[in-house]
Parts: sequence; C-alpha cells; structure tokens
Amino acid sequence: MEIILNLLVILFVPFLMIGVIRKTKAFWGGRYGASIFQPLYDFVKLIKKDYVISKTTTKVFRLTPVIMLSSILFSSLFVPMIGSKTIINIPCGFLIFAYILGFSKFFSLISAMDTGSSFEGMGASREACFTTIVEPAFFMLLASIMALTGNYTFDSLTKIIEFSGSYGVLICIFAILVLFIMILTEGSRVPVDDPATHLELTMIHEVMILDNSASDLALISWSVAIKMMLLSSLIGAIIIPQDLSLGLSTLLYLLLMFIISIVIGTVESAMARIRMSHVFEFVFIMSSLALIVLSLVVARMFGG
Amino acid sequence: MNWIKLKNNGKIDINSIPTLKIEQLREEIINLNLRPVAFFGKDWGNNTTKLFVVLADDKNSELNVSSAIFNQDEKCYESITQVLPSFHIFEREFYEQFGIKPLNHPWLKPLRKNQKDYKFFEMEGEEVHQVAVGPIHAGVIEPGHFRFMCNGETVYHLEIMLGYQHRGVEDLMIKHPSNRLAESICGDSVIANNLAYSKVMETLCDCKVSKRAQLIRTLALEMERAAIHIGDLGAISGDIAYLMGASVFGATRTLVINTMLEFSGSRFGRGLIELGGVNFDIDNEKIKRALETLTKVEKDVDRMVKTMLKNTSVMSRLEKTGVVSKEKAEQIGLVGMAARACGLTLDSRFDFPDECYKFLALPRKMFKGKGDVNSRFKLRHQEAMESLDISKRILEMLKNTLKEEVKTNCELNLPKDTMAISIVEGWRGEIVHIALTDMNGTLSKYKIKDPSFNNWYGLALAVRNNGVSDFPLCNKSFNLSYCGCDL
Repeated sequence: MEIILNLLVILFVPFLMIGVIRKTKAFWGGRYGASIFQPLYDFVKLIKKDYVISKTTTKVFRLTPVIMLSSILFSSLFVPMIGSKTIINIPCGFLIFAYILGFSKFFSLISAMDTGSSFEGMGASREACFTTIVEPAFFMLLASIMALTGNYTFDSLTKIIEFSGSYGVLICIFAILVLFIMILTEGSRVPVDDPATHLELTMIHEVMILDNSASDLALISWSVAIKMMLLSSLIGAIIIPQDLSLGLSTLLYLLLMFIISIVIGTVESAMARIRMSHVFEFVFIMSSLALIVLSLVVARMFGG
Repeated sequence: MNWIKLKNNGKIDINSIPTLKIEQLREEIINLNLRPVAFFGKDWGNNTTKLFVVLADDKNSELNVSSAIFNQDEKCYESITQVLPSFHIFEREFYEQFGIKPLNHPWLKPLRKNQKDYKFFEMEGEEVHQVAVGPIHAGVIEPGHFRFMCNGETVYHLEIMLGYQHRGVEDLMIKHPSNRLAESICGDSVIANNLAYSKVMETLCDCKVSKRAQLIRTLALEMERAAIHIGDLGAISGDIAYLMGASVFGATRTLVINTMLEFSGSRFGRGLIELGGVNFDIDNEKIKRALETLTKVEKDVDRMVKTMLKNTSVMSRLEKTGVVSKEKAEQIGLVGMAARACGLTLDSRFDFPDECYKFLALPRKMFKGKGDVNSRFKLRHQEAMESLDISKRILEMLKNTLKEEVKTNCELNLPKDTMAISIVEGWRGEIVHIALTDMNGTLSKYKIKDPSFNNWYGLALAVRNNGVSDFPLCNKSFNLSYCGCDL
C-alpha cells in the first residue's frame, strides 16, 4: 500500500510542488498566476511535441534525459517518503542515493558539453562547481546523524529526536537548514539560480538544457522536480513522527511538501539572486551548518 | 574666425560656416577640447566631401560649428581620436560613409556595415574562452552581437558589433520627412525624436508653436522619461530575480503609459506631436485623472525603490557592478543619464534649454554618481521622480490657464542653404537632429545622433573585470538602443 502511494507521489507531487512555488511567486508579485497543475499540463504538452536536435550532438545528448530520469527514479527507492518507509532499505543506502544522483549529474554535465555551445559549457562548469561543495556537506550531515543513531540507513533521520535528548531540537533545525539549502541548490532555485530568467549568461541549470526539446526537456524537468521532492522528503523523515496511521502520515507528508514549496516560493520572491561569485559562499553555508550538526553530535555522544 | 556660434534650435546660412583645411580644423578641435555633438560628411559636388563639425560648449550654452573640405585626391587625414578619444565613433562613421581614412585611429572597425568580414579582437591563452551572444537574443529585444573574452567567469574584454538594425533612416528622412518617420527612429524615444525633428523643421520654417502646445510637448517628454526609467527599474529588478520590484515597476510603468494613451491614443505617444504643435489638446477631465494616476505612481515607485535599497541581497548585486569611472566617462564622451551616473553634469535640459524649459525654470538636481549599476539605478529613480513632479506641475498649469490653440499651421517652406540644429534631452541623453538644405530649398542632409551612439562603448568598458553573469544587469542599467545607433 505504502509503495503504491509512494509511486503515486513520485508521479504527481513534483509537478504540484513546482506549481505551488510558481503560484506563491505570483501571489507575492500581485498576480493571479497559472494554475498549480500547469507544470503537469506543460509536461504533457512537451511529451507530444516534435524534437529539434542539434547536428553537433552525439548519442550522449540523446541518452541523457533517459539516464537522468531513470537514475532519479532509482534513487527514489532509497528515500523515505510516506510513513518514512523506504522501498529498498539496505545499510548505507544513502551512499547509493547520493552517487546515483551524482551519476545523473555527470550525464547532465557531459550532455551540456556535447552541444558544443559556449553557454552550456559555462553552465556545466558552474553546476559542477556547486556540486563539489554540496556533496561533502551532505555526507557530513548524514554521517553525523548515523553516528548518533547507530543506524546506517535513511531511517536514522527519523530517530534523531529519540537519540539526541536535549540536543534534539537543535540538531533537527540545523539538519533541516542544510537540506533546505541543498534543495535550493539542486533544484536550481533563487538565490542560487533563477529558473524564470531568459538571460543565458546568468543561468546555471536552464542553460545546460537549452538544446533539449520536446520529451527530452519534459523528462529533464520532471527529474529535477523529483530530485527536489526527494530532498524535501528527507526533511519529512526528520519532522513527521513515525508511528502514525497511513492516512495521517500521507496527509502530513503532503502538507509538508506544500509548506516547503510555499517557503521556497517566498524565499524566491523576497530575495534577489546572489551574484555568481558569491553563490559559492552561500552554498558553503551548508558545510558550516553540517559542521555544527557534527559538533552537536560529538557533544551529545561524548559530553553527556 | 574659425568657428561660428549657434544656439540650440538655431539656424545659420551654410555659406557662413567657416571652411578650413582639415589639418587646421583638427588643430582647432584639439585646442578647443569641447564635446563633439556632430561630425559628419556631405557630398559637396565635383567629388569633394565637406566635413561638418559641431562642438557643444555646455557652460555657455553654445554650439560651435565649423567645416573642412576634402578634395578628390584627399582620402586621409590624421585622426583626432588619438588625441581626443571621444571622437572615436564619429570618425568611424565618417570613414564608413565617405571612405576618408583617419590615420592612426586606434580602432577603425565597421560601425554599421560589413560586420561579416570583421575579425574580432582575440585574447590568447590556455584558459581564455570566448562567448558569443547574439545577434539574435532571447527575449523581445533588438539584434546586436556581443563577443566576450573571458577567463573563467571574469570578462576581460567585450566587443559590441551593431548595425543589424540599419534602415537608412537619415536618407529616408531626406526623401520623406515626416513626424511619423521621426517617431520610428527609436521605439523607446518616440517623443524625444519626434520633438527634435519638429523643432528642427519649425526652426527652418520659422514656425511658432503656442505655449500650451509647448507645455504638452514637454509633458509628453517628461512622461516618456518617467515611464522608461520606471520600466528599466523593473527590468533591473527582473535581471537580479527580485520579483517584487519587477512586478511593482511593471505595473506602475503601465499606469504612466496608459495615461499617455489617454492623451494621444498611443501608449508611447505616437501621433501626439506634429509640426506646428500637438495633435491633441488635454481637457480638464483627463488632467484630473492623470494627476491622480501620477501621484499614485510617484508614491508606489518611491516606496518600492526604498524597500529595494534596504534589501541586502539587492544591494550586493547593484553595488560596484559595472563601474565606469568619471575620468573614463569624460574621455570616451558618455552623454545623458549614463554620464550623470558617473558624476558628470551633462543635461541638455539645463545646458541647452528650449523656450519651455526656460519658462519652467527648473532647478538642476545634482547627483553624486559612482558610475556603477547602483548609481544608475538610483539616478533613474531620482529622474523618474523629478519627471513625474514636472509632469504634475505642467498638468496643473494646463488645467485652467493658457487656453489657446495647440496647433498652428506649419508649411514646409524650407529656406535655401541653411543648417538648423535641435538638441532634445530624451530619457537616455541628448538626441541631436541636424537638417541641411541646398540651394533649391530642399533637404539635402539629415543627421541624427542618438545618445546610444556615444554610450555603447561605455557599456563595453563597464563590464570589464565583472562576472560574465553580471553582463545582463550592466546592459539593462544602460539600456542602450540598437536602432538608435544603427539608424
């Protein structure tokens, strides 16, 4: 039952999250905005369209969208979603999760380079750069929490409160902040990236997919949205209590996704995008926060 | 006398313009060291070419005019640019149109023609990469090619290639001079260009315009300034992904141009100004509505700008981005708003005021600019506020007093062998229109200078050593015209 629910969530919730983010931005901008189902309609529309493929590209370019989507879908099997249950629950699943995401990132980078466009190369170099900062911080966070709980699966996220005693709230807050910055970075949202801009020179993620069209574009947009939802689910695993009825935990999960989307939309409305040379500093905040989590864990384990 | 002096909106007999040898003229120009306003050639019969030079003496509100003649076999001269860099683009234009070569010009490249054969400046090095943008861009903008020489994310050099929008407006102007054509020179300076054209023609024909019509013209010009500045504040906000700014400025700009729509039937004021006055009078009902709208716009824009200037994420994007120093601005001859943002005090509304601005007697507001995007942002805000204020004052004046005809009949009876100059401060800077007639009393040369002509090079300097991702922001803070430069 949970598995089916989770699959449905993967199918629809990413689109709705993007829709809610856009609706929130429209609200803050004083507009009505499109329906929250618009990203879903766009997906269907793109799927139906015809391709335009640049002559300079090779098979890598054609394969990438499929590889991206399938690897994201595969990695979703390791992530706790509704009821904080993972479909494949093996020790150190988080490593598989992270490296499959890395694998899809690798393909998106070489696909961008494959087009031979100077813009896309620039976008790829930016994206690669941020990833190198995000990855260690993510591992530091999860390793700290796993050291604390002694459980080497994503389930450890659900047990923070149980194991950390008086430090629980602090650890949770910092862990959520780390994950939130990771969502903004990996989901290409303001202040790291601007998903709404038409200016090639300032883009990061968007510029890498400039040459993709039709269903290729649809698959890539979907996989990025799923990635954002998976990372949000990790926040869900921390916050949502475990031993609830299925209905309640589904409700709470969807509510959380809704809230996270609204928060992302609000951040996007209230902030300008950071200057490219300062984005690194912003992403680095993740590492600092993860270090704080680590030190709190050390304090808890050895300081009593 | 080697120069003849002229006021703005004045005319002179062409034969009274001193004709010097080019060496002598060059020396004179260098000695005077004034700001070039026009530098253009004209076929002078028997394979000779006459070069006209107009220099602006901003302090004394005077224009200095002189000329030089090139005989059939004189195909080169020592360039002025090597001494006064602000002549660089004028000499390039002159070379392109008449094939008379300025020797030792530092960078004699095409301006409007032959872009395809041009080899761009290239930097060499393992890590240097080129980014080519355009001529076709994303978004609804005009064509122009940008070539960046970058090292990683840093721009070392930007070369701008224009000319894709060249329509031969100056030649069209000679054949079919009309207000509608003048309006189409540059779509965001409809009023300013039309006004400059009308003034040149009215000066030539000694046509008087009633005070009420003059006030309506100035009102339209100031509303255009306010509308574009507010729109560009929104565009700058959009480029840094500051959504709220983009929405508020977008909405308020619409209110201003919709007011223009009520006045003239066109949001950009097309069809408003006509030789001899304006086509539409503004009744008290419209004035009342306009006053309400403009007051609301003033309040909203002011509040939004203040909010933005308090937002650190906004400020970190604007401050110290795209700096043009005052010295450089002066050297390369920036004009208008871009020059004022660098700390220069150029404003032809005050340097060369027409009758209406003299009558309004506005105080010149100083601006301590540092030449970065932030300065241009703040200056645009200040000028938009100022323009809205002037517009409101004019509306009050129009309300109950000055009931008179807004349009007099103006027949195009052009005098013989005459040259007339009109300078209008559009939102971007000085727009110069010069008309010359021949011995039959027909137009023989029409010269237009848009502020973008001077300022494009300023943009190229502004992005040096900035991140390549900050280019759109710098670009938007200048918002130069492609078609105004390409003509």
